[in-house]
Formats: sequence, structure tokens, C-alpha cells
Amino acid sequence: MEYKVGKYDVAVVGIGHAGCEAALATARMGLKTVAFAINLDSIALMACNPSIGGPGKSNMVREIDALGGQMGINVDKTFIQMRMLNTKKGPAVRAIRAQLDKRAYSATMKHTVESQPNIDIVQEEVVKILVEGKKVTGVVTKTGGIYEAKAVILTTGVYLRGRIVIGDLSYSSGPSGLFPANELSKSLESLGFELGRFKTGTPPRIHKDSVDFSKMIIQPGDEKIFPFSYASGEIQREQIPCWLTYTNEKTHKIISENLHRAPLYTGEIKGAGPRYCPSVEMKIVNFKDKTSHQVFIEPEGIDTNEMYVQGLSTSLPVDVQIEMARSVKGLENVKIMRFGYAIEYDFVIPTQLKPTLEAKNVQGLYMAGQINGTSGYEEAAAQGLMAGINAALKIKEKEPLVLSRSDAYIGVMIDDLVTKGVIEPYRILTSRAEYRLLLRQDNADLRLMDTGHKIGLINDERYKKYMKKKKMIEDEIKRLESVKITPTAKTNETLEQLETAVLKSPSTLAELLKRPELNYEKLKVLDEHRKELPLEVIEQVEISTAYEGYIKRQIAQVEQFKKMENKKIPEDINFDEIYGLGFEAREKLKEIKPLSIGQASRISGVNPSDITVLMIYLEMRRRKSLHEEF
Amino acid sequence: MKIVSCDTIAAISTVIGEGGIGIVRISGPESFKIAEKIFRPKTKKKFNELKNRTLYLGNIVDSKNDIIDEVLLAIFKAPYTYTREDMVEINCHGGLTAQKRILGLVLDQGARMAEPGEFTKRAFLNGRIDLSQAEAVIDIIRAKTDKALSVANRQLTGSLSKKIKEIRSDLLNILAHIAANIDFPEEDIPEADSEFILKEITVAGERVKELLKGAGSGRILREGLSTLILGNTNVGKSSLLNALVKEERAIVTDIPGTTRDIIEEYIDIKGIPIKIIDTAGIRQTSDKVEKIGIERAMKHLKEAELVLLMIDISRKLTRDDKNLIELIRDKTAITVINKVDLPVEVNEDEIEQLVPTERIIRISALKHEGIEELKEAIFDTVTEKMGFSDEGLIAAGERQRKVLQEAHDFLDMAIDAMDIHMPIEMVELDIRDAWEKLGEITGDTVSEDIITTIFQKFCIGK
Repeated sequence: MEYKVGKYDVAVVGIGHAGCEAALATARMGLKTVAFAINLDSIALMACNPSIGGPGKSNMVREIDALGGQMGINVDKTFIQMRMLNTKKGPAVRAIRAQLDKRAYSATMKHTVESQPNIDIVQEEVVKILVEGKKVTGVVTKTGGIYEAKAVILTTGVYLRGRIVIGDLSYSSGPSGLFPANELSKSLESLGFELGRFKTGTPPRIHKDSVDFSKMIIQPGDEKIFPFSYASGEIQREQIPCWLTYTNEKTHKIISENLHRAPLYTGEIKGAGPRYCPSVEMKIVNFKDKTSHQVFIEPEGIDTNEMYVQGLSTSLPVDVQIEMARSVKGLENVKIMRFGYAIEYDFVIPTQLKPTLEAKNVQGLYMAGQINGTSGYEEAAAQGLMAGINAALKIKEKEPLVLSRSDAYIGVMIDDLVTKGVIEPYRILTSRAEYRLLLRQDNADLRLMDTGHKIGLINDERYKKYMKKKKMIEDEIKRLESVKITPTAKTNETLEQLETAVLKSPSTLAELLKRPELNYEKLKVLDEHRKELPLEVIEQVEISTAYEGYIKRQIAQVEQFKKMENKKIPEDINFDEIYGLGFEAREKLKEIKPLSIGQASRISGVNPSDITVLMIYLEMRRRKSLHEEF
Repeated sequence: MKIVSCDTIAAISTVIGEGGIGIVRISGPESFKIAEKIFRPKTKKKFNELKNRTLYLGNIVDSKNDIIDEVLLAIFKAPYTYTREDMVEINCHGGLTAQKRILGLVLDQGARMAEPGEFTKRAFLNGRIDLSQAEAVIDIIRAKTDKALSVANRQLTGSLSKKIKEIRSDLLNILAHIAANIDFPEEDIPEADSEFILKEITVAGERVKELLKGAGSGRILREGLSTLILGNTNVGKSSLLNALVKEERAIVTDIPGTTRDIIEEYIDIKGIPIKIIDTAGIRQTSDKVEKIGIERAMKHLKEAELVLLMIDISRKLTRDDKNLIELIRDKTAITVINKVDLPVEVNEDEIEQLVPTERIIRISALKHEGIEELKEAIFDTVTEKMGFSDEGLIAAGERQRKVLQEAHDFLDMAIDAMDIHMPIEMVELDIRDAWEKLGEITGDTVSEDIITTIFQKFCIGK
């Protein structure tokens, strides 16, 4: 029997990485929020590897942080190892990655969400979305509870009609032994959504005491810790190492001989899986010449003996998993505590969403995370935050927040999803970002904190601190540009010692800093009166001076890009009415409903002359409307 | 093809084959600034003192201050212009080659080659053209775009497209390798070797440069269609050359570096620049010196895009004549029967049966008879065989040249960046820009390619 439970502004369905950010954002923006999870012990569960960050991903976590999201803060509270990646390359592609205490991460996030005013948390499975007209009105739970809501945010992860596959065994299930959500998909289908099916997988977890670490290579954390959140300040913490070992020809032989039992090759699994995260059997099949693959053994936390085996993701039968694992050096006597599995799940084709992550055909219904065909905790959290912000802005009748491809990796991801759709679980990559030199992980605050403050998720205290940093950077750059070094004998002697060309005419400190062989620290001998500045300030000064040419070039490209992005296409446009559009372009435009000429030009099948036609139509429309006003 | 408005565009707005005077039009905010840099008015006025809508006589000069052409220039201040933007019109006299060089200078100063129909599009978008004409405007633009695309595609079916694709594929492999290193630093993918990258992009740069030298109609317009006068000694080759050159104003005289044996002249036939090469007579010989000249002539024959095969009708056909006829079997050629004013020694039917050419023109080079017919035949052959017929082609060729140049510049920048040990992701930006530029020619710039290549080439995954 159905019964009314209460009235809310926002209902969030699923409290994983996307759901947490969504619920926290709406609650912090002052809206009464209810959030549902099938099991409250699985809030912010890292169902796959206990790690957050990496190239592109750490940029996104910092963007979440600059917008007032929670992920970065939670990582900083619960990491057990931190590393800076790509240190041998330049600043634009540096990335941080953290190993986390899985239970602590989950518990700390749960505590944050349940302590947040304005959020009610309920352990319930949502089975139906209520819609009146074209507008969402609430959700119904399995027990019949009706929760009225002005906006609903779906963050269902891999739960929708989840099906686990191990060898020839398959059963209906959520991840990691949790219940699936088998009914909500039908509700979505009846609302007219087109669903797709993806596959992902996870490796076995093993007992620490059964591993011979003496045969493996230790992977310690960095001495200097760079936190994810701009709010965290300096952190010092004892870190726990990971371990590296390799598969060998024996491992590969065991896998090859059992391929007839691998569901990926028997046709048992139909959903597309991610190319960047293949199971070990796929690696062996696709890269036959490679005689060994890396295997990282990662701790799942401080108070647990479970360890994650990165590199052995598999859905082979359990007996093969044991044999295969034991063929790896150091794992000869390994005890598997949880077996690897593949999981298939429903997702909603994301081109059915607007760039605000609101559904095109149901007002007030938002989606974020794996339901949009993405993969990764960071990708999910970023979408959750944006869906939450936009749901709140809509209820408050304010302008939506859409980040562009030149603002943030988050903008790149969402634009890709809603404009191009997905062919595999989507992961952010630096190569997806045209303007990646500007979208660095070190400057996410400079890019986005104004926005975070404006929407009310960054408080005044944090904002003031940020403004101070910004001013220090600007002042120091100005100073470096104005201080002239004259070519005296002494100066040139110093320059020779620094192994750089001597000066013939006066040069500013900024010009010297542009030389690849010099840096801020080295220039100190020529710059005696400089103030002591925080490292994060020096970092910005160095990057923006040393790479000024490249940065300026990207800024110029962004300006061109923005011109097209700023040519808006009104929502009520009727593409059937436009004279001169090509057939394919017309169909695609009707499907994607781009918000700008720029977005339209990224749709495959829409060619330059279609764009011209579209612009002419918009101009006609503008003039007609002017005409009508008079 | 990128669509950007608000920048400054330029194009030649006369059609090939319609007389000597042509107009180079510039529209957009930078129009006056660009014109100022290349125009030297005869009046003592400074450029910013020039009156609106007034023709000024002056010279267009290149960066070395060398005069390209004497022109009439007018400035038109926004908003009372066709596009409602600042506009400049340069009326030039020196035929298409001069127009082309002027356009080149304008583009070098920062203007962009106009897209097909773009002046009209701007006129419309800026409110110059009435709403009721919108559909007509759309038709014009669509037609022009499609035509330009089909011209561009026609040009691309050949080896140019294949070459560009090869260069892009090499660059793509480098890009994918660098991207894999960046995106998957913890995988055991070997770091892209910088010496290898440097070598590859240097080679790619050289190959783009090669293409720049000889790309499509752009090259023809720049260098002229290479036309070889082929015939035995004393058949009247030099007289023909003189007759052609005398009729037409020679645009450029002897190019330095030409040998005593080979003479090059430039003429302009209805807007198509033709580079005529007169060779030493080709015949079987044992004389060593002459042999060298003949070898060179054979090389020119191989490279020639059009051959004028000359036959002296006042002499009996020799074995040498017949050999020459065999040599041109695979070439685009016109047979020119000379000395029709002298007593005939060869049966014309015999010639007709022997030669493989469609067109046979009778002339007297000395008496200047039949020269007009010959020029007509050259024009027809070129337009038929090479699709060399309209402004779309010039635009496509010029755009191609510019894109190739830009791609080449980006590769140069990448090499410079590697020389000073810039981080690899900066170098990658340059390589990627070059790769995307080249893709503008083949109509393909999808970054998804890089991602696909990563997963094909490298085993990635946890």
C-alpha cells in the first residue's frame, strides 16, 4: 500500500559518490533534501579500487573542491598514501593520486552527510518516479512510501537491473554483495527513456598474511604530501605502501586455456566494457605479445587485512581465479577473500539530458554518475555536484550553472556526454580536453572558486583566503615583470654559475624565469629583496610566467571557442521549421537539442553549411521578434 | 572548416576568365589596418586621412617594399557597406597572378580566407539583407559551400590527400604515445623517446613543406601551369613562345636558375597563369653537350602538366617526329601544326591519325596566325581536364596553402620547443595543432582518434 511520507525540495536516489555530492549541494544551498540508499552501510562505497585521483581525475576532484563539493576534503581526511604523478613532465599534466582507507572513507562521508542540516537519510529502494504532465513530483519506495519532491536526482550507480557474472554463474545483484534495484528501470522506460547496458568488473581481494611481499617491489607514498582540498592546509601522515608484482607466462597460459569458460568470450556478457580498464583475460587476448603485466597489491585500509589486486580484474570462474592468482610471483599461497566479478547494469543514454544534467523530457529529473554511462568515483562525484547545484538553482528560479569545455574538466565531460553520447563507460582523459594547459589541477581554485562562492557553496572565510592567494600571485607576477636585472659582471658570473646565457642588455626577472633552465628558486640569488611566499603562490607564478606563450595561445583559442558557445539556441526552436538544413543534421539537432551554436557544431553529422543555415535562421527569428515588439 | 565571425576575411571577387581587372575584397574590423600595411597611395595623404568611398591610386607592396601591382583602392567605413563591416576593395590590373599575390599579402597580414558565400552571410547576419531574401541567401550559401566542398574533394582524391593522411597518421602515433604516457603514468608503457619524436616531427615538417611547394590549383595559380613546347629543332618553338608572349603581357620574365637551354616565360590566358617552357629540340643525337640538354628536356616533359607538340608541316615527318608523338601518349597535350603559310609537305590526315591529342591547331607562329585559337584551345583543355574553372577552386587552393603553412609553422614550433627542452605536453600542443590543421584539409579532426589509438597500441588497465 502506498502512503505519503513527506514533502521535500529534492530527492536523491542512491548515496554513492554522485549522490553524496548532490545531496550535500542541495542541502547546503538551503533546500530540504531526502536521500535514499539500498544499504546505508554502503554510502560512498568504493566498490572497485580504493584509490582516487590520477590524470584528469585529480583535476576534477580539485574542481569539485573549488565549487564547494566534498570529495577532496574526504580524501584528505582518509588517505593512507599520496603520490604526485607525471613529475617528470611539465606542470599541466601533473596529477595527484591517493590510496584510501575504504571503510574510513565511507564512514567519514556518511557522517558528513548525516550531520548536514536539511538532509534526511533513508534506507529504502526507490521503485518509481512520479511525474505529472512533464514535471517530476516525487518518488515511491519499495515499501510504498511516497516522497514528494520538486526535483529528483538519480545517482543509481551499477544497481539498475544489476547482474553479476562469474564464469558460467550469473545472478541478479548490486555490487559487492548488495541488493540490486530491479524496478526503477521500468519506471524510466515508461517515462520514455532509452536505456543501454554496460559492463564493468573488479578483481579479487586477498588476505594480506597470505602474500609474500619479499618477492615484490615496494611502492611507497611521496614524502611531500599535496592535499586534494584547497581547505586542507599542510598534512603530515604516516603512509602505507603498495606493492608491485607481475603476471607471467604461466598466468597467461592458465587464462588462455580457460577462455572457453570466460563469460566475456562465451557471449554471456553483452554490455560494452571500458577499454581503459579491461579484465586480465582481455589483456591477454588483445596483447598476445606481452609476456607479463603489472599487478599492484593495494591495501584496502588500516584496520583490515584485505588487499586489492589491481591488474587482475576478471570474471573467470572462481577455480581459475585461484589458480591464476597463485601463478603470480609473491601470491603463490594467496587466499582470496572476495572473488572478482563482472557486473552488467542499465544506464540512460546521456544524450537525453541537457548540459544541466536535467532530463530533456521530464522537468526536474536529474541524473548523475554511472546512470549516465560514466565510470569512476571522480566522474560520478563531479556530475552529482553539478546535478545538485542545477536542481537547487532551478528550484530557486536562478540561472543554471553550465561549465564549458574551457572552464573545467567537468565541463568537458558533461559536454561529451550530452553532445556525443557514450560507446563505453566514459572516463575522463587529459586528451579529451582541448584546453588542458589552462585546466590544470593546480589552478582549479583560480578557475572556479568565484563560481563556488557565488552559488553559496564556498563560504566567505574560504573565499577570503582564496582572494588573498590570488592577489599575492598577481602582485608577484607584476613585480617580476618590473624588476630589471642589469648585465653587470657580478650578475653574469651568477648566471654562468646557473648554467644559463649571460645578459647583454637589461632583462626583467620575468624574462629570466622564462628560460627553461631557470626557476623561481634559482633566481633567488639575483632577487635578494623578494618576500617569502607560500609554495602554492610560487607555483602559479612560475607556471604562468614560464609557459606564458603557450597559455596565451590557448586563451586566444578559448576566445574563439567562446564566441560560438555564446550564440545561444533558444529551447523552443523547431528544427523542422528551418529551411535548408541537411536531413541528417536536422535529425541530430532534434535529438540533441543543442543549447548553443558551438555545441551544435560538435554534433557528428552537422556540417558547416548546416551551422550557417542555423545562424541565419536565428538571425531571422531575432529580427522577427524585434518586429513584433514594436 | 572552422566557423568564426567577427574576424577579418578576404577573397578575390572576380571570376577567372573575365578580363584583367579583379577585385580583392577585405571585410572586418582589421580591414583598414591590413590595407595600410600593404598600400602606398600616390597622394601625400596618410592612410587614416583617406576619404570614405573614394578611389585612390597607389601601389601594393610586399614585405620587402617591392611593388606587386598598381591598384585603385577604396575604403568603406561601417556600417554603410555590403557586410556592414569596415571594408576595403583593391582593384588590381595585373591579372590573376597579381590578384593572387595581393590576396596572399592580405592573408599574411592576418585576414582569413573567406568561406564560400561568407560576404553574403555576413551581409545578412549584420542586417544588410532583407528578411524576405533569407531563403535565397541560404540557397546561395549552401550552393557555394557544396560546390567548394566538391571542388576541394575533387582535388583531394589524388595523392595530396593520401600524403596528408600519411603525415597525420605518423603524427597521430606520436600524439597517442604522449597521451598514453600522460594519462596512464603508472602503466608500464615505455616513455616516448624524445629523439624519436624530434626525428618524426622533423620529417613530417619536411613533408608538409614538400606539399606546400606543389599543392593542387594553389600551386598552379602561384607558379603557373607548367606547359612544355615540344618539337624538333627548327620547328618554330621559339617563334611560338615569342608569339604567345607578345600577345600577352609577360607577368614575370626569366626566372633565375634557368639554363641556357631551357627558357621559361609566364603568360596569363584568361586568368590562368601559364608557365611556358621552351626546350632544346629533342632528337636522337650522339653529341655529348646536346645530349645533356635533351635529358633535361625529357625531365621537363615528365613534369609538364600540358604539352604543346609542334609539328612543321613544311617538312616531311621524320623518325624524330614520330618518337616525340610516342612520348606524349600519356600526357595532356595539344598538337600545334606550324608554318601553315609555307608549302605543305605533310598530309594533315596522316598527322591526325598519328597524334593522340584531341585538339589540333594550325598556326603560323611567325605571322601570328592561329595564336588566338591556340590560346582558346589551351584554356579549354585546362578547364576541362583540370576542373580549373571557378573561384571555388582558387579559394580551395588558397585555403589549402594557408592551412599547410600553418601546420608547418606548428611543427616548427614543436621542434623549437623540443630544442629548448620544453615539457613534453607543451610540445604535444604544437604537434596536436599541426595534426588538427592538416585534418582541416582532409575534413577530419576528431580527438577521439587519439584515444582509440591509445587503446589499440598500448595495453592499459587495472
